[in-house]
Amino acid sequence: MNYPVDLKYSKSHEWVRYEDGVAVIGISDYAQDALGDVVFVNLPAVGDEVTAGESFGDVESVKAVSDLISPVSGVVLEVNEELEDSPENLNGDPYGAWIIKVEQVTDEEELLDAAAYEAHCAEEG
Amino acid sequence: MKLIFEKSVPGRGMDYLPQCDVEAVALPAGLVRDVAPRLPELSETDISRHYTELNKNVHGVNCGFYPLGSCTMKYNPRIDEEMAALPGFTGVHPLAPAHTTAGCREVLDTARTLLCEITGMDDMTFQPAAGAHGEFTGVLLIKQYHEARGDSKRNKIIVPDSAHGTNPATAAMCGYTIVNIPSAPNGCVDLEALKKVLGEDTAGLMLTNPNTVGIFDENILEITRLVHEAGGLCYYDGANLNAVMGVVRPGDMGFDCIHLNLHKTFATPHGGGGPGSGAVGCKARLAAYLPGSAMMDGAGHIQVRSFAGNFLVVVKAMTYILSLGREGIPEAAQNAVLNANYLQAKIKGTFEPAFDRICMHEFVLDLSRFKKETGVSALDVAKTLIDYGMHPPTMYFPLIVHEALMLEPTETESRDTLDWAAEVFRKLYDLAHEDPAYMHDSPHNAQIGRPDEVRAARNPVLRWKG
Repeated sequence: MNYPVDLKYSKSHEWVRYEDGVAVIGISDYAQDALGDVVFVNLPAVGDEVTAGESFGDVESVKAVSDLISPVSGVVLEVNEELEDSPENLNGDPYGAWIIKVEQVTDEEELLDAAAYEAHCAEEG
Repeated sequence: MKLIFEKSVPGRGMDYLPQCDVEAVALPAGLVRDVAPRLPELSETDISRHYTELNKNVHGVNCGFYPLGSCTMKYNPRIDEEMAALPGFTGVHPLAPAHTTAGCREVLDTARTLLCEITGMDDMTFQPAAGAHGEFTGVLLIKQYHEARGDSKRNKIIVPDSAHGTNPATAAMCGYTIVNIPSAPNGCVDLEALKKVLGEDTAGLMLTNPNTVGIFDENILEITRLVHEAGGLCYYDGANLNAVMGVVRPGDMGFDCIHLNLHKTFATPHGGGGPGSGAVGCKARLAAYLPGSAMMDGAGHIQVRSFAGNFLVVVKAMTYILSLGREGIPEAAQNAVLNANYLQAKIKGTFEPAFDRICMHEFVLDLSRFKKETGVSALDVAKTLIDYGMHPPTMYFPLIVHEALMLEPTETESRDTLDWAAEVFRKLYDLAHEDPAYMHDSPHNAQIGRPDEVRAARNPVLRWKG
């Protein structure tokens, strides 16, 4: 399992990376492994407001549909439309396949660094 | 095997229609199709063999053990089918004059009386076509109740995270915002979490009891009291009624409104696409909003489906209740619970129960540790069970348990079958430690091995394009 050290993580298994004040958000390697093969991603629209700790979309795998929880509050600047045709990118390259970019970030959930997140995943089993 | 369309031969067929002995009338031009419908053309022999071949590829309750958790795959007595096949029921037309359908009305009245008695409700409709439709109808009753009182600020429905997926979907379809509350470590409703979200915007709570992990919520009276105190109503999802029917009544637990899956709990073979019946019952204060049946009184009430709903499913439910009787109904529930506990106890020591306690009609195994040890997943175990002639349990549900297998043996299985099933589970537990690769490739003897679920979900082909 891969936990890049340059990212921050939420307890609900999303990762965040800041690029010039814009939050780039995806799901972790642990999350994609737990979900299994992802078959569909439900993305928000550009301009939508997202709230830290609340759902901004969902991913459907062969097992189940799961909410995507936003680690930050802000406004959606960009969505990764490639995922609509190639949701499997979330499995193949979870840290390359970002899901949304959020600007005007006003709030942030309590986020973990890579070591703390790895410990959190170990605890969840 | 070939699809029925692929077996079609132009010009082949059987003609059972008698010679026309009345004057032929042409349809108005606007109603005539431009192209004849493309229907398969086969002889009766071909059709008979086609469906018999399909039948061989299917695992039903009549073939063997079917412990598909949350689905109550019990054996349905033949007598229920026999009653539903009586010509007086099958040949009736919903618009027939009332004096010719008194028997059918009596069935509906009797079934309503019996089911209200079993559930502790005051009134019931049989219109909804199946469970999700029943939920939708039931939550609309709650909505109408608040609106009729001018209580327009109640826009939230509370749903525990262990609920069936249809619950939040229903609430959303009815225009509500869903408030999800986490389960306590024992799988039941977390009272503190519930108290936190209750308020003057609470329209209601949707709950299944016993819940989806097969545990009866001991705080149920306190839960419904708290919801009522906040001004909300309580909705009972009848999915798991099989565990408690005739023993404890949702009405006495404090629920205002329920739906029943008559096809599931009350003896219609299900899982094949219907028809079902999602009867909705309610307390007197909601009865005014209950959809009425045109067949019942012709008064032009609200309808959620045409006429009286799927009438023949109600005939089966009535027959089932009358044939089991006042003693038989609770006995069936007790045996369902006994069988689940027996099987859980026999499997324990190999696969681990997710909640190590007495269960109700079903139990969940948590294969997380097992998967870490062996690399064999819940899916691999499920697929291997197929080779043993057992229908796999429900997998990866409920979502609150990782690597879940959920078993519901039902009351219609003998102790011999349960002993055999436990033995098979023990065998697979050992096999996973000895030869995990074999299980990754299972099933080895089934007609279809591992369908490509991912490709099917990403690029579904839903109709024949020959």
